[in-house]
Amino acid sequence: MGKWNVKFKMKDNVPNNQHSDFILSMIAMVCSFLVAGIFILLVGQSPVAAYIALFQGAFGSVSSIANTLCKSVPLMFTGIAVAFAMKGGLLNVGAEGQLYIGALASVVLALKLPNLPGFILLPVSILFGCLGGMVWGGIAGFLKAKRGVNEVIVTLMMNYIAILFTSYLVNGPFKAEGMVPQTEVVPTGAAFPKLIPRTQLTVTLFLAILVVILVYLFLQKTSWGYEIRAVGENSSAAEAGGIHITKTTILTMAISGGIAALAGISESLGTYGRFIDNFSPSFGFTGIAIAVLGKGNPFGTIITAILFGAMDAGSMRMNRVAGISASMVNVIQGLVILFIAAPQIYRILLAGRRKS
Amino acid sequence: MNVYHVELKEITKRFSGFIANDHINLSVKRGEIHSLLGENGAGKTTLMKILLGLYSADEGSLWIDGKEVHITNPRIAFQLGIGMVHQHFMLVNNLSVLENIILGQEPGNVSLDMKKSYKIVQELSTKYNFALDLNAKVEDLSVGMKQRVEILKILYRGADIIILDEPTAVLTPQEADKLMKILHDMKQQGKTIIFITHKLNETMEVADRITVLRNGKNVITVNKEDTTPEELAKFMVGRDICFTIEKSKKKRGKPILSIENVKLLPQASDTVSLSVHEGEIVGIAGVEGNGQRELEEIILGLRKYKNGTISLLGVNINSMTTKVRKDLGIGYIPSDRHKRAMLSNFTIADNYLLGYHFRAPFSSKGILKKREVEKHSKDMIECFQIKVSGLHQSIGSLSGGNQQKVIVSREVSQNPHLIIAAQPTRGLDIGAIEYIHNQLLRLRDEGKAILLISAELTEILKLSDRIGVLYKGELMELKETDEYAEGEIGLLMAGRKAGIGTNG
Repeated sequence: MGKWNVKFKMKDNVPNNQHSDFILSMIAMVCSFLVAGIFILLVGQSPVAAYIALFQGAFGSVSSIANTLCKSVPLMFTGIAVAFAMKGGLLNVGAEGQLYIGALASVVLALKLPNLPGFILLPVSILFGCLGGMVWGGIAGFLKAKRGVNEVIVTLMMNYIAILFTSYLVNGPFKAEGMVPQTEVVPTGAAFPKLIPRTQLTVTLFLAILVVILVYLFLQKTSWGYEIRAVGENSSAAEAGGIHITKTTILTMAISGGIAALAGISESLGTYGRFIDNFSPSFGFTGIAIAVLGKGNPFGTIITAILFGAMDAGSMRMNRVAGISASMVNVIQGLVILFIAAPQIYRILLAGRRKS
Repeated sequence: MNVYHVELKEITKRFSGFIANDHINLSVKRGEIHSLLGENGAGKTTLMKILLGLYSADEGSLWIDGKEVHITNPRIAFQLGIGMVHQHFMLVNNLSVLENIILGQEPGNVSLDMKKSYKIVQELSTKYNFALDLNAKVEDLSVGMKQRVEILKILYRGADIIILDEPTAVLTPQEADKLMKILHDMKQQGKTIIFITHKLNETMEVADRITVLRNGKNVITVNKEDTTPEELAKFMVGRDICFTIEKSKKKRGKPILSIENVKLLPQASDTVSLSVHEGEIVGIAGVEGNGQRELEEIILGLRKYKNGTISLLGVNINSMTTKVRKDLGIGYIPSDRHKRAMLSNFTIADNYLLGYHFRAPFSSKGILKKREVEKHSKDMIECFQIKVSGLHQSIGSLSGGNQQKVIVSREVSQNPHLIIAAQPTRGLDIGAIEYIHNQLLRLRDEGKAILLISAELTEILKLSDRIGVLYKGELMELKETDEYAEGEIGLLMAGRKAGIGTNG
């Protein structure tokens, strides 16, 4: 495991570091836009026009803002899910699979119990979906704790199993009438209420913000959260302090999986109202970038998720108005990760400047 | 002729923010043993790394035989005849002694002339009475032997200025004695030796002249005849140090910890049984790696053991987890501070929580009481005189002595019945050692049971009421401190019982 954890481990409780960490994230953002601007220049377009279009597409009207927020909700869930595991010293690259399992579990339950009143059906569906994600994440935690199997490999592999398994189910047993591989629409009682009419934005936005804050409080203010952070910082010392490493590792991965599942649940019970085959444009993997950028800080996670959501939402307009492929957004997001993955470079540059 | 063999003039070395060497002067005569004495962090190793070309000095100059030299890399140092034996050996374990010594400078042109090299190295080895079997594999050698291989390696390469960095830290008393003899032999052959140490008795035993460093500055250079250990300690620390401790005689109370028939190492042929009573310190002496780590971890439940029983206050704790054991009243100062005791990037306050994060008043129904933790941390910092810049400083940024004070204060603050103190003063300077020792004695006088596991024999002798010696996972002896004859513990540490054959 070593290498991955070291690379992505977040230094917690070092207040003087937190400030510079946030600045580093911002510098990475700005650099990515600058470098992507060079690419846009190379293809003979104006980066300024492209970015204006991108911004308008993301924040230009009520419906575009709604679209931005809608796209950022699953990213908040996966971002905080991955960040949570990182605090425990684990790299969960399986949020993608966990959200598929969670989404299908919640939809199937909602479809099986259509007669329950909404105020019961929705919470029960959510919980069942989370349970699915917890089991999916918990398996990796169990293998890690009991057998020392690298959680990165297990979670990565389980992504394929989850995506293909759910794909099979919506192409077979749970397939609705018609050509598209998807389930029936869930009963209205099981769907998240819309926040703004005629948009896809639902109350899941508040749920996401609430979960992000609760996760933060859980880690920082409770004894269980302390155990998870202690294991993430130095498991040998945590063990000597009486913390049960096996239990904590399984719990950490299970909770991380449960939170990731909420990304899928919010999409299926909120945005679409049903489970659609292959619905996630890599929310789980983007969540890793958000966790790294947001440093597990609630404010940072929410802001980063909205920025990434904005880029996705604005990319269509950038394509239409400025003639830049929507994939340019993926380039920018990739660059952000690249710049963040090498924070050491900034530190060296900063140190050099201080000397001279 | 009044030319020094090695001279360092006005050497200054800064690391971002602090000065490791502040205008240090060191003059070493040809053919003398010069001891470089100072506490950890005094700048001894930095100074020697400058001489070796591993660091470059910001200011100052280096002189060899009266000529100024510019040592910009270790190869130049080598050509000038400077060699160093590091604290951590740099040997290839699965090669033979001979192969290790000639590695990098093999005689012969294209083909390796093993016969010739054997002859050269054997001659050197006899000249200095090393008593080494050149064909033995390095992995089969004892620590003391490995150190000799390192020294021989340097001699083979023609060094005549030999630097030894804390060479006795890893040796048994007997091995250390042999090393001192070798140093004397080398001196007779005209070698110049710089001996880095923080141990006063060694310095007094072997050195001709002594230079004391404190906080990166020169304090004094003296001839051995003109000084006393007490004076040197004062120079090192900057204040008077009390060498002897008045121990009150007390009747020991009821047994707190009992270990019965526990096997420490798989290769040990015998099991270990011992008990620690109220109001006594039981010292466990022994060279590292003879089962000490296993002993502490088995008591805490961090390591599984198949046979035997461990009981605390008469209760069998074999099947209990570490948490339950600690809750029953064990305070644990682990031998590996960084690995077992510290959350380096966490704040000092959060480190005070470790192990007590579910206990009142720090936690109530699982919710952490930050104010209580901070109040407790403040009390401890004040009470134990820990130097910190604030509660939210990370523990990793403290000096080793202050880190250890945090850990000791954490482990004794919750009123444990038993304290396992494993290598409690490792790597600390004299001032901090004195403080920790006084704390352990205070706890003993309060009636706590203390199991002190230490590789420092002086520490064991100074503090313990009873002493046991571990060798290859077996308890060689366990009796009252004053029942030991002089030198007996040292022999036991090497696996020899008094009165039994002395070969081996």
